[in-house]
Amino acid sequence: MTAVTAVALHTLQEALRRRVFLVVLVLTVAFLGLFWLGVDRAFDEALRFADGSELLEIEVAVGATLLGLAMFATLFLGTVLAIFLTLGAVRGDAERGTLQPLVVRPIGRSTFLLARFLGAAAVCTLYVVGVFTAAAGIVRTAGGWWPDEFFAPTLELAAAVVLLCALSLLGSVFLSTTANGIAVFMLFGAGLTGGLLGQIGEAMNSETLIDVGRRTAYALPFEALYQDGLHRLTSETFGAAAFVVRLGPFGGAEAAGGGLFAWIVVYVGLVALAAGTAFARRDL
Amino acid sequence: MALALAAHGVEKRYGAVEALRGVSLEVAAGELVGLLGPNGAGKSTLVKIACGLVHPSAGRVEVCGAPAGSPRARRALGYLAELFRFPGWMTADEVLTLHQRLAGKGADAGTRKELLERVGLAEARTRPVEEMSKGMQQRLGIAQALVGSPRLLLLDEPTSALDPAGRRDVRGLLDDLRRAGIGVLLNSHLLTEVELVCDRVVILSRGDVVAAGRPDELSRPRGVEVDVDGGTRAYPAATRDEVPAIVRDLVAAGEDVYGVRVLATSLEEVYLEAAGGEDA
Ligand SMILES: Nc1ncnc2c1ncn2[C@@H]1O[C@H](COP(=O)(O)OP(=O)(O)OP(=O)(O)O)[C@@H](O)[C@H]1O
Ligand SMILES: [Mg+2]
Repeated sequence: MTAVTAVALHTLQEALRRRVFLVVLVLTVAFLGLFWLGVDRAFDEALRFADGSELLEIEVAVGATLLGLAMFATLFLGTVLAIFLTLGAVRGDAERGTLQPLVVRPIGRSTFLLARFLGAAAVCTLYVVGVFTAAAGIVRTAGGWWPDEFFAPTLELAAAVVLLCALSLLGSVFLSTTANGIAVFMLFGAGLTGGLLGQIGEAMNSETLIDVGRRTAYALPFEALYQDGLHRLTSETFGAAAFVVRLGPFGGAEAAGGGLFAWIVVYVGLVALAAGTAFARRDL
Repeated sequence: MALALAAHGVEKRYGAVEALRGVSLEVAAGELVGLLGPNGAGKSTLVKIACGLVHPSAGRVEVCGAPAGSPRARRALGYLAELFRFPGWMTADEVLTLHQRLAGKGADAGTRKELLERVGLAEARTRPVEEMSKGMQQRLGIAQALVGSPRLLLLDEPTSALDPAGRRDVRGLLDDLRRAGIGVLLNSHLLTEVELVCDRVVILSRGDVVAAGRPDELSRPRGVEVDVDGGTRAYPAATRDEVPAIVRDLVAAGEDVYGVRVLATSLEEVYLEAAGGEDA
Protein backbone atom coordinates (compact mmCIF):
# COMPACT_ATOMS: atom_id res chain seq x y z
CA MET A 1 0.00 0.00 0.00
CA THR A 2 1.33 3.41 -0.89
CA ALA A 3 1.66 6.18 1.65
CA VAL A 4 -1.08 8.18 -0.09
CA THR A 5 -3.56 5.34 0.24
CA ALA A 6 -2.50 4.85 3.84
CA VAL A 7 -3.24 8.49 4.76
CA ALA A 8 -6.49 8.55 2.76
CA LEU A 9 -7.66 5.35 4.45
CA HIS A 10 -6.59 6.77 7.80
CA THR A 11 -8.92 9.74 7.18
CA LEU A 12 -11.71 7.35 6.27
CA GLN A 13 -11.09 5.17 9.30
CA GLU A 14 -11.02 8.22 11.55
CA ALA A 15 -14.41 9.28 10.18
CA LEU A 16 -15.86 5.87 10.88
CA ARG A 17 -14.41 5.39 14.34
CA ARG A 18 -14.95 8.73 15.93
CA ARG A 19 -18.25 8.87 17.70
CA VAL A 20 -19.07 12.13 15.96
CA PHE A 21 -19.57 10.23 12.75
CA LEU A 22 -22.27 8.24 14.45
CA VAL A 23 -23.98 11.52 15.29
CA VAL A 24 -23.86 12.55 11.63
CA LEU A 25 -25.38 9.21 10.69
CA VAL A 26 -28.15 9.41 13.25
CA LEU A 27 -29.01 12.97 12.22
CA THR A 28 -29.02 11.96 8.56
CA VAL A 29 -31.36 9.07 9.21
CA ALA A 30 -33.56 11.41 11.23
CA PHE A 31 -33.56 13.93 8.40
CA LEU A 32 -34.47 11.30 5.81
CA GLY A 33 -37.25 9.98 8.04
CA LEU A 34 -38.72 13.45 8.47
CA PHE A 35 -38.29 14.12 4.79
CA TRP A 36 -40.23 10.98 3.94
CA LEU A 37 -43.02 12.01 6.24
CA GLY A 38 -43.09 15.52 4.77
CA VAL A 39 -43.03 14.33 1.17
CA ASP A 40 -45.80 11.87 1.81
CA ARG A 41 -48.02 14.53 3.34
CA ALA A 42 -47.18 17.16 0.74
CA PHE A 43 -48.17 14.95 -2.17
CA ASP A 44 -51.33 13.82 -0.39
CA GLU A 45 -52.50 17.34 0.31
CA ALA A 46 -51.53 18.80 -3.04
CA LEU A 47 -53.22 16.07 -5.01
CA ARG A 48 -56.40 16.22 -2.94
CA PHE A 49 -57.26 19.61 -4.41
CA ALA A 50 -56.25 18.81 -7.94
CA ASP A 51 -58.61 17.70 -10.67
CA GLY A 52 -57.43 15.40 -13.44
CA SER A 53 -55.98 17.94 -15.84
CA GLU A 54 -53.65 19.56 -13.29
CA LEU A 55 -52.50 16.32 -11.73
CA LEU A 56 -49.29 15.92 -13.62
CA GLU A 57 -48.26 19.54 -13.25
CA ILE A 58 -48.81 19.50 -9.50
CA GLU A 59 -46.84 16.32 -9.15
CA VAL A 60 -43.93 17.96 -10.91
CA ALA A 61 -44.18 21.16 -8.92
CA VAL A 62 -44.31 19.40 -5.56
CA GLY A 63 -41.69 16.81 -6.48
CA ALA A 64 -39.20 19.31 -7.87
CA THR A 65 -39.60 21.69 -4.96
CA LEU A 66 -39.21 18.93 -2.39
CA LEU A 67 -36.19 17.40 -4.10
CA GLY A 68 -34.74 20.89 -4.38
CA LEU A 69 -35.18 21.20 -0.64
CA ALA A 70 -33.50 17.83 -0.20
CA MET A 71 -30.67 19.03 -2.40
CA PHE A 72 -30.14 22.02 -0.18
CA ALA A 73 -30.29 19.86 2.95
CA THR A 74 -27.80 17.41 1.44
CA LEU A 75 -25.48 20.27 0.54
CA PHE A 76 -25.75 21.55 4.08
CA LEU A 77 -25.21 18.18 5.75
CA GLY A 78 -22.42 17.32 3.34
CA THR A 79 -20.76 20.63 4.12
CA VAL A 80 -20.97 19.92 7.85
CA LEU A 81 -19.31 16.57 7.22
CA ALA A 82 -16.68 18.09 4.92
CA ILE A 83 -15.80 20.70 7.51
CA PHE A 84 -15.72 18.15 10.29
CA LEU A 85 -13.34 15.92 8.33
CA THR A 86 -10.89 18.64 7.39
CA LEU A 87 -11.12 21.63 9.72
CA GLY A 88 -8.13 20.71 11.85
CA ALA A 89 -6.08 18.85 9.24
CA VAL A 90 -2.99 21.04 9.48
CA ARG A 91 -2.87 23.65 12.20
CA GLY A 92 -5.34 21.96 14.50
CA ASP A 93 -3.55 18.61 14.27
CA ALA A 94 -0.18 20.33 14.60
CA GLU A 95 -1.37 22.01 17.80
CA ARG A 96 -2.66 18.68 19.08
CA GLY A 97 0.66 17.06 18.17
CA THR A 98 -0.81 14.38 15.92
CA LEU A 99 0.49 15.87 12.67
CA GLN A 100 4.23 15.97 13.33
CA PRO A 101 4.87 12.23 13.59
CA LEU A 102 3.15 11.77 10.21
CA VAL A 103 4.75 14.52 8.16
CA VAL A 104 8.32 13.68 9.20
CA ARG A 105 7.80 10.42 7.34
CA PRO A 106 9.03 10.35 3.73
CA ILE A 107 5.57 11.05 2.30
CA GLY A 108 6.17 14.81 2.33
CA ARG A 109 3.78 17.60 3.11
CA SER A 110 2.07 18.20 -0.23
CA THR A 111 1.42 14.51 -0.80
CA PHE A 112 0.13 14.26 2.75
CA LEU A 113 -2.28 17.12 2.11
CA LEU A 114 -3.39 15.57 -1.17
CA ALA A 115 -4.02 12.26 0.58
CA ARG A 116 -6.03 13.97 3.31
CA PHE A 117 -8.06 15.68 0.60
CA LEU A 118 -8.68 12.46 -1.30
CA GLY A 119 -9.78 10.68 1.87
CA ALA A 120 -12.19 13.44 2.89
CA ALA A 121 -13.46 13.87 -0.67
CA ALA A 122 -14.18 10.15 -0.93
CA VAL A 123 -16.13 10.12 2.34
CA CYS A 124 -18.11 13.23 1.39
CA THR A 125 -18.88 11.97 -2.11
CA LEU A 126 -20.18 8.68 -0.77
CA TYR A 127 -22.23 10.53 1.79
CA VAL A 128 -23.74 13.07 -0.62
CA VAL A 129 -24.51 10.49 -3.28
CA GLY A 130 -26.08 8.23 -0.67
CA VAL A 131 -28.25 10.88 0.97
CA PHE A 132 -29.38 12.51 -2.27
CA THR A 133 -30.18 9.18 -3.88
CA ALA A 134 -32.20 8.23 -0.82
CA ALA A 135 -34.07 11.55 -1.01
CA ALA A 136 -34.82 11.10 -4.71
CA GLY A 137 -35.99 7.55 -3.98
CA ILE A 138 -38.31 8.87 -1.29
CA VAL A 139 -39.83 11.46 -3.64
CA ARG A 140 -40.35 8.80 -6.28
CA THR A 141 -41.89 6.31 -3.88
CA ALA A 142 -44.18 8.82 -2.23
CA GLY A 143 -45.14 10.93 -5.23
CA GLY A 144 -44.07 9.04 -8.30
CA TRP A 145 -41.89 11.91 -9.54
CA TRP A 146 -38.32 11.51 -10.79
CA PRO A 147 -36.14 14.46 -11.84
CA ASP A 148 -35.39 15.16 -15.50
CA GLU A 149 -31.71 14.59 -14.78
CA PHE A 150 -30.37 12.70 -11.83
CA PHE A 151 -26.71 11.76 -12.29
CA ALA A 152 -25.41 15.17 -13.27
CA PRO A 153 -27.02 17.05 -10.36
CA THR A 154 -25.87 14.37 -7.92
CA LEU A 155 -22.32 14.67 -9.14
CA GLU A 156 -22.52 18.46 -9.07
CA LEU A 157 -23.75 18.35 -5.50
CA ALA A 158 -20.88 16.05 -4.56
CA ALA A 159 -18.45 18.32 -6.40
CA ALA A 160 -19.77 21.32 -4.46
CA VAL A 161 -19.07 19.54 -1.17
CA VAL A 162 -15.66 18.37 -2.38
CA LEU A 163 -14.87 21.99 -3.23
CA LEU A 164 -15.73 22.93 0.34
CA CYS A 165 -13.37 20.16 1.52
CA ALA A 166 -10.60 21.82 -0.47
CA LEU A 167 -11.41 25.26 0.95
CA SER A 168 -11.54 23.89 4.46
CA LEU A 169 -8.16 22.19 4.01
CA LEU A 170 -6.71 25.44 2.74
CA GLY A 171 -8.14 27.22 5.76
CA SER A 172 -6.72 24.57 8.07
CA VAL A 173 -3.20 25.54 7.03
CA PHE A 174 -3.69 29.03 8.43
CA LEU A 175 -6.35 28.78 11.11
CA SER A 176 -6.76 26.79 14.27
CA THR A 177 -9.60 24.30 14.42
CA THR A 178 -12.43 26.47 15.75
CA ALA A 179 -11.49 29.52 13.70
CA ASN A 180 -11.36 27.48 10.52
CA GLY A 181 -14.72 25.83 11.20
CA ILE A 182 -16.30 29.23 11.65
CA ALA A 183 -14.54 30.65 8.59
CA VAL A 184 -15.64 27.85 6.25
CA PHE A 185 -19.20 28.07 7.52
CA MET A 186 -19.18 31.80 6.88
CA LEU A 187 -17.90 31.18 3.35
CA PHE A 188 -20.67 28.66 2.87
CA GLY A 189 -23.23 31.21 4.01
CA ALA A 190 -21.64 33.93 1.91
CA GLY A 191 -21.79 31.72 -1.17
CA LEU A 192 -25.46 30.95 -0.63
CA THR A 193 -26.29 34.59 0.03
CA GLY A 194 -24.43 35.65 -3.09
CA GLY A 195 -26.33 33.13 -5.15
CA LEU A 196 -29.62 34.24 -3.67
CA LEU A 197 -28.83 37.89 -4.40
CA GLY A 198 -28.08 36.95 -7.98
CA GLN A 199 -31.43 35.19 -8.25
CA ILE A 200 -33.26 38.15 -6.79
CA GLY A 201 -31.36 40.29 -9.26
CA GLU A 202 -32.61 38.15 -12.13
CA ALA A 203 -36.16 38.45 -10.88
CA MET A 204 -35.90 42.21 -10.39
CA ASN A 205 -33.79 42.76 -13.44
CA SER A 206 -31.15 44.46 -11.31
CA GLU A 207 -27.73 44.48 -12.97
CA THR A 208 -25.96 45.25 -9.70
CA LEU A 209 -27.39 42.24 -7.90
CA ILE A 210 -26.76 40.00 -10.88
CA ASP A 211 -23.17 41.19 -10.80
CA VAL A 212 -22.87 40.41 -7.09
CA GLY A 213 -24.21 36.93 -7.79
CA ARG A 214 -21.79 36.43 -10.66
CA ARG A 215 -18.77 37.55 -8.65
CA THR A 216 -19.75 35.29 -5.77
CA ALA A 217 -20.09 32.40 -8.19
CA TYR A 218 -16.51 32.95 -9.29
CA ALA A 219 -15.12 33.38 -5.80
CA LEU A 220 -17.13 30.49 -4.31
CA PRO A 221 -18.16 28.27 -7.21
CA PHE A 222 -19.75 25.57 -5.02
CA GLU A 223 -22.88 27.70 -5.04
CA ALA A 224 -22.92 27.81 -8.84
CA LEU A 225 -22.57 24.03 -8.94
CA TYR A 226 -25.50 23.67 -6.59
CA GLN A 227 -27.58 26.09 -8.66
CA ASP A 228 -26.76 24.26 -11.84
CA GLY A 229 -27.72 20.96 -10.24
CA LEU A 230 -30.98 22.44 -9.03
CA HIS A 231 -31.69 23.70 -12.52
CA ARG A 232 -31.08 20.28 -14.01
CA LEU A 233 -33.74 18.67 -11.82
CA THR A 234 -36.35 20.30 -14.07
CA SER A 235 -34.24 21.04 -17.13
CA GLU A 236 -36.77 19.49 -19.49
CA THR A 237 -39.87 20.72 -17.75
CA PHE A 238 -41.76 23.61 -19.30
CA GLY A 239 -45.11 25.29 -18.89
CA ALA A 240 -47.05 26.02 -15.76
CA ALA A 241 -45.22 23.46 -13.56
CA ALA A 242 -41.82 24.92 -14.40
CA PHE A 243 -43.18 28.38 -13.72
CA VAL A 244 -44.44 27.37 -10.27
CA VAL A 245 -41.19 25.58 -9.38
CA ARG A 246 -39.14 28.59 -10.35
CA LEU A 247 -41.14 30.87 -8.12
CA GLY A 248 -40.17 28.89 -5.03
CA PRO A 249 -36.93 29.14 -3.07
CA PHE A 250 -35.62 25.88 -4.47
CA GLY A 251 -36.34 26.68 -8.07
CA GLY A 252 -35.45 29.54 -10.32
CA ALA A 253 -31.94 28.23 -10.33
CA GLU A 254 -29.54 29.35 -12.96
CA ALA A 255 -27.94 26.99 -15.40
CA ALA A 256 -24.23 27.53 -15.43
CA GLY A 257 -22.37 28.03 -18.68
CA GLY A 258 -19.73 25.56 -19.75
CA GLY A 259 -17.18 28.04 -18.40
CA LEU A 260 -18.13 27.04 -14.86
CA PHE A 261 -16.55 23.62 -15.14
CA ALA A 262 -13.35 24.95 -16.64
CA TRP A 263 -13.20 27.56 -13.90
CA ILE A 264 -13.71 24.93 -11.20
CA VAL A 265 -10.75 22.95 -12.47
CA VAL A 266 -8.62 26.10 -12.36
CA TYR A 267 -10.08 27.01 -8.98
CA VAL A 268 -9.26 23.68 -7.36
CA GLY A 269 -5.77 23.92 -8.85
CA LEU A 270 -5.30 27.37 -7.31
CA VAL A 271 -6.61 26.26 -3.93
CA ALA A 272 -4.28 23.24 -4.00
CA LEU A 273 -1.32 25.40 -4.97
CA ALA A 274 -2.05 27.93 -2.22
CA ALA A 275 -2.52 25.21 0.39
CA GLY A 276 0.59 23.31 -0.70
CA THR A 277 2.80 26.39 -0.76
CA ALA A 278 1.60 27.70 2.59
CA PHE A 279 1.91 24.28 4.21
CA ALA A 280 5.43 23.81 2.86
CA ARG A 281 6.51 27.10 4.45
CA ARG A 282 4.94 26.51 7.82
CA ASP A 283 6.97 25.73 10.90
CA LEU A 284 5.27 22.89 12.74
CA MET B 1 31.42 6.46 7.76
CA ALA B 2 29.00 9.29 7.03
CA LEU B 3 27.77 11.37 9.91
CA ALA B 4 24.26 10.57 11.04
CA LEU B 5 23.64 14.24 11.75
CA ALA B 6 25.66 17.34 10.94
CA ALA B 7 24.52 20.86 11.78
CA HIS B 8 26.56 23.88 10.71
CA GLY B 9 25.89 27.35 12.02
CA VAL B 10 22.18 26.84 12.43
CA GLU B 11 20.18 29.94 13.29
CA LYS B 12 16.49 30.25 13.92
CA ARG B 13 14.48 33.35 14.63
CA TYR B 14 10.83 33.30 15.59
CA GLY B 15 9.94 36.93 15.06
CA ALA B 16 11.98 38.74 17.69
CA VAL B 17 13.00 35.58 19.52
CA GLU B 18 16.37 34.16 18.57
CA ALA B 19 15.90 30.49 19.35
CA LEU B 20 19.23 29.37 17.83
CA ARG B 21 22.26 31.56 17.17
CA GLY B 22 24.65 29.56 15.08
CA VAL B 23 24.64 26.06 16.51
CA SER B 24 26.98 23.43 15.09
CA LEU B 25 26.96 19.84 16.22
CA GLU B 26 27.59 16.38 14.86
CA VAL B 27 26.35 12.92 15.65
CA ALA B 28 28.38 10.06 14.19
CA ALA B 29 26.90 6.69 13.26
CA GLY B 30 26.63 4.60 16.39
CA GLU B 31 27.12 7.62 18.63
CA LEU B 32 24.76 8.72 21.38
CA VAL B 33 24.78 12.46 21.94
CA GLY B 34 22.89 14.11 24.76
CA LEU B 35 21.50 17.57 24.13
CA LEU B 36 21.09 19.50 27.36
CA GLY B 37 20.02 22.98 28.24
CA PRO B 38 17.54 25.06 30.22
CA ASN B 39 13.92 25.48 29.16
CA GLY B 40 13.79 27.60 26.03
CA ALA B 41 17.45 26.99 25.17
CA GLY B 42 16.52 25.83 21.67
CA LYS B 43 16.90 22.05 21.97
CA SER B 44 13.53 21.14 20.50
CA THR B 45 13.94 23.76 17.79
CA LEU B 46 17.22 22.17 16.68
CA VAL B 47 15.67 18.70 16.59
CA LYS B 48 12.65 19.99 14.63
CA ILE B 49 14.98 21.59 12.10
CA ALA B 50 16.80 18.28 11.74
CA CYS B 51 13.61 16.45 10.89
CA GLY B 52 12.32 19.14 8.55
CA LEU B 53 9.44 20.39 10.68
CA VAL B 54 10.96 23.83 11.16
CA HIS B 55 12.88 25.84 8.57
CA PRO B 56 16.19 27.31 9.78
CA SER B 57 16.77 31.04 9.26
CA ALA B 58 20.41 30.32 8.38
CA GLY B 59 22.84 27.44 8.41
CA ARG B 60 22.83 23.92 7.06
CA VAL B 61 21.70 20.59 8.50
CA GLU B 62 22.36 17.20 6.95
CA VAL B 63 20.95 13.84 7.92
CA CYS B 64 23.09 10.95 6.66
CA GLY B 65 24.46 13.27 3.99
CA ALA B 66 21.08 14.51 2.75
CA PRO B 67 19.72 18.03 3.41
CA ALA B 68 17.34 18.07 6.36
CA GLY B 69 13.71 17.95 5.26
CA SER B 70 14.46 16.19 1.97
CA PRO B 71 12.73 12.84 1.35
CA ARG B 72 16.09 11.05 1.61
CA ALA B 73 16.79 12.66 4.98
CA ARG B 74 13.30 11.84 6.22
CA ARG B 75 13.69 8.23 5.17
CA ALA B 76 16.82 7.99 7.29
CA LEU B 77 15.44 9.27 10.56
CA GLY B 78 13.12 8.32 13.36
CA TYR B 79 11.61 11.06 15.50
CA LEU B 80 9.88 11.23 18.82
CA ALA B 81 8.46 14.69 19.43
CA GLU B 82 8.44 16.31 22.82
CA LEU B 83 4.71 16.99 22.64
CA PHE B 84 3.08 14.39 20.47
CA ARG B 85 -0.18 12.53 20.48
CA PHE B 86 -1.54 9.64 18.54
CA PRO B 87 -5.24 9.69 17.69
CA GLY B 88 -7.10 8.24 20.66
CA TRP B 89 -9.18 5.84 18.59
CA MET B 90 -6.15 3.99 17.18
CA THR B 91 -4.71 0.92 18.83
CA ALA B 92 -0.98 0.54 19.40
CA ASP B 93 -0.79 -1.93 16.55
CA GLU B 94 -2.66 0.41 14.20
CA VAL B 95 -0.37 3.32 14.99
CA LEU B 96 2.65 1.22 14.09
CA THR B 97 0.94 -0.13 10.95
CA LEU B 98 0.22 3.39 9.72
CA HIS B 99 3.82 4.39 10.32
CA GLN B 100 5.13 1.30 8.59
CA ARG B 101 3.07 2.21 5.53
CA LEU B 102 4.24 5.80 5.66
CA ALA B 103 7.84 4.65 5.97
CA GLY B 104 7.26 2.59 2.84
CA LYS B 105 8.62 -0.58 4.36
CA GLY B 106 5.47 -2.68 4.20
CA ALA B 107 3.21 -3.51 7.13
CA ASP B 108 4.95 -6.46 8.70
CA ALA B 109 3.20 -7.82 11.80
CA GLY B 110 6.31 -9.59 13.09
CA THR B 111 8.29 -6.35 13.22
CA ARG B 112 5.43 -4.60 15.01
CA LYS B 113 5.25 -7.30 17.64
CA GLU B 114 8.99 -7.08 18.15
CA LEU B 115 8.87 -3.29 18.50
CA LEU B 116 6.06 -3.43 21.03
CA GLU B 117 7.93 -6.06 23.02
CA ARG B 118 11.03 -3.91 22.98
CA VAL B 119 9.20 -1.04 24.67
CA GLY B 120 7.24 -3.30 27.02
CA LEU B 121 3.85 -2.89 25.37
CA ALA B 122 3.35 -6.45 24.14
CA GLU B 123 0.21 -6.80 26.25
CA ALA B 124 -1.28 -3.53 25.07
CA ARG B 125 -1.09 -4.32 21.37
CA THR B 126 -4.84 -3.95 20.78
CA ARG B 127 -5.50 -1.25 23.33
CA PRO B 128 -6.67 2.12 21.98
CA VAL B 129 -4.33 5.02 22.69
CA GLU B 130 -7.04 6.86 24.64
CA GLU B 131 -7.02 4.05 27.18
CA MET B 132 -3.26 4.16 27.67
CA SER B 133 -1.43 5.91 30.46
CA LYS B 134 0.93 8.74 29.61
CA GLY B 135 3.98 6.55 30.01
CA MET B 136 2.48 3.85 27.83
CA GLN B 137 1.88 6.44 25.13
CA GLN B 138 5.48 7.53 25.41
CA ARG B 139 6.61 3.93 25.04
CA LEU B 140 4.46 3.66 21.94
CA GLY B 141 6.07 6.88 20.71
CA ILE B 142 9.50 5.32 21.07
CA ALA B 143 8.36 2.21 19.19
CA GLN B 144 6.95 4.48 16.48
CA ALA B 145 10.28 6.29 16.16
CA LEU B 146 11.97 2.94 15.53
CA VAL B 147 9.63 2.04 12.66
CA GLY B 148 11.46 1.94 9.34
CA SER B 149 14.88 1.07 10.80
CA PRO B 150 16.17 4.66 10.99
CA ARG B 151 19.88 5.44 10.93
CA LEU B 152 19.39 8.55 13.01
CA LEU B 153 17.06 8.78 15.98
CA LEU B 154 15.94 12.15 17.26
CA LEU B 155 14.41 11.71 20.69
CA ASP B 156 12.99 14.80 22.37
CA GLU B 157 12.63 13.96 26.06
CA PRO B 158 11.65 10.34 25.44
CA THR B 159 11.61 9.28 29.09
CA SER B 160 9.91 12.25 30.75
CA ALA B 161 6.82 10.17 31.59
CA LEU B 162 8.47 6.81 32.14
CA ASP B 163 8.75 4.93 35.42
CA PRO B 164 12.24 3.94 36.64
CA ALA B 165 12.00 0.49 35.05
CA GLY B 166 10.90 2.08 31.78
CA ARG B 167 13.89 4.41 31.90
CA ARG B 168 16.22 1.50 32.44
CA ASP B 169 14.60 -0.31 29.51
CA VAL B 170 15.17 2.72 27.31
CA ARG B 171 18.81 2.87 28.39
CA GLY B 172 19.17 -0.76 27.34
CA LEU B 173 17.44 -0.01 24.07
CA LEU B 174 19.76 2.93 23.40
CA ASP B 175 22.76 0.69 24.04
CA ASP B 176 21.42 -1.81 21.51
CA LEU B 177 20.91 0.95 18.95
CA ARG B 178 24.43 2.21 19.45
CA ARG B 179 25.75 -1.28 18.82
CA ALA B 180 23.66 -1.43 15.67
CA GLY B 181 25.40 1.70 14.38
CA ILE B 182 22.48 4.07 14.78
CA GLY B 183 23.19 7.66 15.70
CA VAL B 184 21.03 9.09 18.48
CA LEU B 185 20.43 12.67 19.54
CA LEU B 186 18.77 12.62 22.93
CA ASN B 187 17.15 15.71 24.46
CA SER B 188 16.73 15.37 28.14
CA HIS B 189 16.62 17.15 31.45
CA LEU B 190 17.55 13.96 33.30
CA LEU B 191 21.25 14.54 33.76
CA THR B 192 22.08 11.29 35.52
CA GLU B 193 20.44 9.40 32.69
CA VAL B 194 22.36 11.34 30.07
CA GLU B 195 25.57 10.77 32.02
CA LEU B 196 24.84 7.05 32.11
CA VAL B 197 24.21 6.49 28.42
CA CYS B 198 25.64 9.28 26.32
CA ASP B 199 28.99 9.20 24.57
CA ARG B 200 29.00 12.95 24.33
CA VAL B 201 26.92 15.82 25.60
CA VAL B 202 26.24 19.21 24.07
CA ILE B 203 24.92 21.94 26.31
CA LEU B 204 22.84 24.69 24.77
CA SER B 205 21.95 27.92 26.46
CA ARG B 206 19.94 30.71 24.89
CA GLY B 207 20.52 29.30 21.45
CA ASP B 208 24.29 28.85 21.73
CA VAL B 209 26.45 25.81 22.39
CA VAL B 210 28.11 26.63 25.70
CA ALA B 211 29.84 23.29 26.35
CA ALA B 212 30.42 20.06 24.49
CA GLY B 213 32.42 16.92 25.06
CA ARG B 214 32.47 13.52 26.72
CA PRO B 215 30.92 13.60 30.19
CA ASP B 216 34.24 12.74 31.83
CA GLU B 217 36.03 15.42 29.78
CA LEU B 218 33.59 18.05 30.87
CA SER B 219 33.90 17.33 34.55
CA ARG B 220 36.82 18.98 36.33
CA PRO B 221 38.76 17.70 39.37
CA ARG B 222 37.54 19.26 42.57
CA GLY B 223 40.18 18.02 44.99
CA VAL B 224 40.50 15.15 47.41
CA GLU B 225 38.74 14.39 50.69
CA VAL B 226 40.18 12.09 53.35
CA ASP B 227 38.27 10.70 56.36
CA VAL B 228 40.45 10.61 59.47
CA ASP B 229 39.82 10.26 63.21
CA GLY B 230 38.89 13.89 63.74
CA GLY B 231 36.59 14.14 60.71
CA THR B 232 37.14 14.94 57.05
CA ARG B 233 40.16 16.74 55.67
CA ALA B 234 39.79 18.53 52.33
CA TYR B 235 42.56 19.09 49.78
CA PRO B 236 40.76 21.23 47.18
CA ALA B 237 43.74 21.63 44.86
CA ALA B 238 44.89 18.02 44.96
CA THR B 239 44.47 15.54 42.11
CA ARG B 240 44.18 11.75 42.00
CA ASP B 241 47.95 11.41 41.47
CA GLU B 242 48.64 13.07 44.78
CA VAL B 243 46.50 10.68 46.82
CA PRO B 244 49.34 8.23 47.79
CA ALA B 245 51.53 11.09 49.04
CA ILE B 246 48.67 12.62 51.05
CA VAL B 247 47.88 9.28 52.70
CA ARG B 248 51.56 8.59 53.40
CA ASP B 249 51.96 11.98 55.07
CA LEU B 250 48.84 11.50 57.20
CA VAL B 251 49.92 8.04 58.32
CA ALA B 252 53.40 9.32 59.07
CA ALA B 253 51.82 12.03 61.20
CA GLY B 254 50.05 9.32 63.22
CA GLU B 255 46.56 9.70 61.75
CA ASP B 256 44.27 6.72 61.05
CA VAL B 257 42.86 6.93 57.49
CA TYR B 258 39.30 5.55 57.01
CA GLY B 259 38.53 6.62 53.48
CA VAL B 260 39.71 8.67 50.52
CA ARG B 261 37.54 10.32 47.83
CA VAL B 262 38.74 11.91 44.61
CA LEU B 263 36.18 14.56 43.75
CA ALA B 264 35.10 15.71 40.33
CA THR B 265 32.31 18.01 39.29
CA SER B 266 29.20 16.09 38.38
CA LEU B 267 27.49 16.61 35.04
CA GLU B 268 24.90 18.55 36.97
CA GLU B 269 27.50 20.99 38.23
CA VAL B 270 29.06 21.28 34.80
CA TYR B 271 25.63 21.88 33.41
CA LEU B 272 24.61 24.48 35.96
CA GLU B 273 27.88 26.32 35.51
CA ALA B 274 27.70 26.25 31.70
CA ALA B 275 24.06 27.22 31.56
CA GLY B 276 24.75 30.09 33.94
CA GLY B 277 22.74 28.54 36.76
CA GLU B 278 19.58 29.96 35.24
CA ASP B 279 17.89 26.58 35.12
CA ALA B 280 17.02 26.79 38.78
N1 LIG C 1 6.57 28.26 17.29
C1 LIG C 1 7.26 29.16 17.99
N2 LIG C 1 7.01 30.46 17.85
C2 LIG C 1 7.70 31.39 18.52
N3 LIG C 1 8.70 31.11 19.37
C3 LIG C 1 9.01 29.83 19.56
C4 LIG C 1 8.32 28.79 18.88
N4 LIG C 1 8.86 27.61 19.25
C5 LIG C 1 9.82 27.90 20.12
N5 LIG C 1 9.93 29.24 20.32
C6 LIG C 1 10.92 29.92 21.17
O1 LIG C 1 12.19 29.42 20.83
C7 LIG C 1 12.98 29.26 21.99
C8 LIG C 1 13.49 27.84 22.04
O2 LIG C 1 12.43 26.94 22.24
P1 LIG C 1 12.62 25.36 22.32
O3 LIG C 1 11.29 24.75 22.34
O4 LIG C 1 13.54 24.95 21.25
O5 LIG C 1 13.33 25.18 23.73
P2 LIG C 1 13.79 23.87 24.47
O6 LIG C 1 15.24 23.98 24.68
O7 LIG C 1 13.31 22.67 23.77
O8 LIG C 1 13.05 24.02 25.87
P3 LIG C 1 12.38 22.93 26.83
O9 LIG C 1 13.46 22.40 27.68
O10 LIG C 1 11.43 23.72 27.64
O11 LIG C 1 11.73 21.90 25.99
C9 LIG C 1 12.10 29.64 23.16
O12 LIG C 1 12.41 30.96 23.50
C10 LIG C 1 10.71 29.59 22.62
O13 LIG C 1 9.91 30.54 23.25
MG1 LIG D 1 12.02 21.19 24.21
